[in-house]
Amino acid sequence: MHFYRTFRDLDWPLLVVTLALCALGILQIYSATLSTRWADAWWKQILWVGTGVLMMLIVASIDYHTLMGRVFYFYFGTLALLIATALVGNKVFGSTRWIRIAGFTLQTSEFVKIVLILLVARYLTGLKGETLNWKELGKIAAFTGVPMLLVMKEPDLGTSLTYLPILIVGVLMAGLRWKYLLVIAGVLVVTLPIGYYALKPYQKDRLVSFIYPDRDPKGTGFQVIQSRIAVGNGGMWGRGAKESSQTHLGFLPVPHTDFIFSSFAEEHGFVGIVVALVLYLLLIMQVVQNAQTATDRAGLYICMGVAALLLFHVLVNVGMVVGRMPITGIPLPLMSSGGSNTWSVFLMLGLVNSVRLRRFVN
Amino acid sequence: MAIVETERRQEEELTPERLLHDDPKGAPAKIAVFQYVTVAVFIFLISGFWKLQVQNPDVYSEAAERNRIKSTPVLAARGKILDRDGRIIVDNKASYALLLNRDSISYDHIPAICDALQLDPAELTKKVHRMRSAPQIIIKDQLSRDEIAWIESHQDADTYPEMQLIQSWRRQYPQDGFAAHVTGYVGEIAEAELNSPQFIDYKQGDIIGKDGLEKQYDQVLRGVNGQQRVLVDNMGHERQMEDAQVATPGKDLKTTLDLDIQAVAELSLQNNRGAVVALDPRSGEILAMVSRPTYDLNKFTGRISRADWNEISNNPAKPLLNRAIQAQLAPGSTFKPLMAIAGLESGVVDDKTDFHCPGGASFYGHYFACHLKHGHGDITLHRAISQSCDVYFYNVGNRLGIDRIAHYAEMAGIGHKTGIDLPGETQGTMPSIKWKMRLARQKWYAGETISVAIGQGAVTVSPLQIAAALSGLGEGGLWYKPHMLAGQPTTLVSQGNFKPENLDSVVSGMYGVVNEGGTGRAAYLPNVKVCGKTGTAQVAATERTKGAKMHSSLANNAWFVGYAPMDKPEIAVVALFENGEESYNAVPIVRDVIKAYFDKKSRDKNLSAGNQYAAPSLLYPRALAAAVWNPLARSLF
Repeated sequence: MHFYRTFRDLDWPLLVVTLALCALGILQIYSATLSTRWADAWWKQILWVGTGVLMMLIVASIDYHTLMGRVFYFYFGTLALLIATALVGNKVFGSTRWIRIAGFTLQTSEFVKIVLILLVARYLTGLKGETLNWKELGKIAAFTGVPMLLVMKEPDLGTSLTYLPILIVGVLMAGLRWKYLLVIAGVLVVTLPIGYYALKPYQKDRLVSFIYPDRDPKGTGFQVIQSRIAVGNGGMWGRGAKESSQTHLGFLPVPHTDFIFSSFAEEHGFVGIVVALVLYLLLIMQVVQNAQTATDRAGLYICMGVAALLLFHVLVNVGMVVGRMPITGIPLPLMSSGGSNTWSVFLMLGLVNSVRLRRFVN
Repeated sequence: MAIVETERRQEEELTPERLLHDDPKGAPAKIAVFQYVTVAVFIFLISGFWKLQVQNPDVYSEAAERNRIKSTPVLAARGKILDRDGRIIVDNKASYALLLNRDSISYDHIPAICDALQLDPAELTKKVHRMRSAPQIIIKDQLSRDEIAWIESHQDADTYPEMQLIQSWRRQYPQDGFAAHVTGYVGEIAEAELNSPQFIDYKQGDIIGKDGLEKQYDQVLRGVNGQQRVLVDNMGHERQMEDAQVATPGKDLKTTLDLDIQAVAELSLQNNRGAVVALDPRSGEILAMVSRPTYDLNKFTGRISRADWNEISNNPAKPLLNRAIQAQLAPGSTFKPLMAIAGLESGVVDDKTDFHCPGGASFYGHYFACHLKHGHGDITLHRAISQSCDVYFYNVGNRLGIDRIAHYAEMAGIGHKTGIDLPGETQGTMPSIKWKMRLARQKWYAGETISVAIGQGAVTVSPLQIAAALSGLGEGGLWYKPHMLAGQPTTLVSQGNFKPENLDSVVSGMYGVVNEGGTGRAAYLPNVKVCGKTGTAQVAATERTKGAKMHSSLANNAWFVGYAPMDKPEIAVVALFENGEESYNAVPIVRDVIKAYFDKKSRDKNLSAGNQYAAPSLLYPRALAAAVWNPLARSLF
């Protein structure tokens, strides 16, 4: 069962779209951080992308079944890392998300995503029934829930929420009875208000200011309002690179990470964001296409998990920028500056390519 | 490790069913649903951008501009107010003002700011609320050094970012209420004023003239404020200057006032309630105007505190009233020259007609007393004026009737506004048959005319009115409009066309008042022929007619109107000394002012002759040399 594979079979369109988005991101990071204390972020991002592409190729060359076979080592390894982060991690802005490993400051919660994609794929392929029963559902939910809780405790609600689409799409693809769906929906409706009280005060503020941004324009509503102003200020054609006042005078919070798309929208206008969003659509559709051509259900689950995660990221981040989603502080994949997130996206794309390279196995 | 076993089993038993179950092609419908959801998400996102960027981008670009541009007013200096020689009466002094920026204002900060700057928090809160439309609100002018230091150390982004210091101009008025009623004062524009079309180009918070010349010539004096637009970042730090509109200062206002005369008038009235006006009857130019009691205008500059305002405006002595043009009082005997010209011109008397004054006379069943209890005896016009005989004028008034009196008095401006360029002038009252019918729907009684004949009864005047009226007689029956703005053409308001001999009789009577042992003999000056007329007006009589209580004291008001020189009057001065008891108390005031005028004139003449140190020159060799050399040099070259 050994086949000779070449990188000629890589998903080149996917890579082109990915690198185009990375290029937009790097340019925007450069423009947004010019003459700020993050002025070196753009070439660091080039390093992250470069190393990310390498990681993608390495992962692509490994059979995803092999990775799935070792997923429990990865799973418990990442759980250990999460706990280590909680114990010895760096505290930034009141939350402990980063850990220093071999000179790199890594956001451990980002790498949980890849492990969860593999875990969900592994678990679901092992099931025999046409649909999931309560026991199976409970088991996979528990596997996802443990790292979610750990990340939520950091606290980092945004990143922990990104694990949910992996689980949801996986479970739906595996098959779920309508009855189950209705019960889950019912339980959610009942528990959500209770969940609101469990939120941290800053999270409540964010929710409130998402719904009523003008209530406290200098406080938590500030980011919502300033982001909206930045986007609107861009107009149809944008203010031009380096010409955006909201970005360059510091009214936009973190214009190179979470709010990079506001900054992009201000400088390149509606035309610019349509180009960027079409690239994201192509990216996700290409990943879904790989799911369609996957040779087995494991490959399908992996690709769909990646697609769901990317879609969720784009929806929540861009929705936040445009004022249609509450502020959760999750980055925009491929464009936002940051090593861990960029690497985790490339690792996921590596998994997708790994599935693609092995589509003719049988 | 159940899953691991499952996998092992999976590898071992690759049965056809197993393969079928593992076939990913089984889920195309679900993948299609995912694709639709994906497209829907993107449409949802793009529509959000469409709404912000394409549908109403102006809203947001303006919001972005408000974010990044901080515009600060550059206040224009008001024009100075100058006297006729160009000397400064009202000046500006550079100072600092504190403004609050509307977009970063927080009501929570107000108590702390007020505490540091000694402001009333309730008042400021109301003001901030009231001035909703203003992007900046100036809350305090004339900051002290300590206050500036406090503001500079608290205006950072974390403390009170709404505070901003700007350069402003503080209006500097003469001290102790000197010429206060003439210059008037400035203040923040009132809400009521803003709503009137007259103030269409004013904004909330603008400084505007509230009284006097400041109000009358506000359009001349006020400049155009500039604006400085600075690019700021989110911390409020200024990044770079965008553009600056320079402020255009207001134009200086040159008045007809003469500071020297004004100073003498201020001093000679002392702190007595009343007024002094000096004018040039040839042109109507006002040389000096004083009203007492006065108030310190420097408390009014810009934004007066409520306590100070209440103290001044609720004062029963009414210091805000400009008595020179706003008092409406019985002129008393100062009215008599007008009676005289009316009698002569109407032909009811001539300068030989004599009446007997036994110290009083009865008319229409009432006894009217003369001020001289034992009487003036047989008396003609000349002595009747100089001795101010009441009985003589009762008879003249009785012969004239009220309407003929009114005709001549109104010709001289009584009962009409003089039209002086100061706000708030009152017109006084000149009664007539029609006037009473219109006002009270009552017939005029002939007995009332007797009182009017000696300037009592319903007739009331302002000091300026009576000064203009009498000096116009001296001018040959020409009345010019009084004015304060220098360089204005003179306006003839009224012309008497009197017979010269009639005018001469009246004028010589007024000459007698001062120079022939008359009631105004204290106004005598050695080198100048001063004419004038005294008046002792009863306050009680005035009150009965007006039906209102004006003064706490019922003592008579003392009047004196004088002008000089007799033949070609150059200056006319009126002094009103409220509750001054006897007219001779008003006379020296007028004399001092007239003397000051002629002293200055002779000094100026000496100056223009190059004789700068006329008197002391013998003591100073250089001055002596100059005194000899300058005229010599002028004649040589």
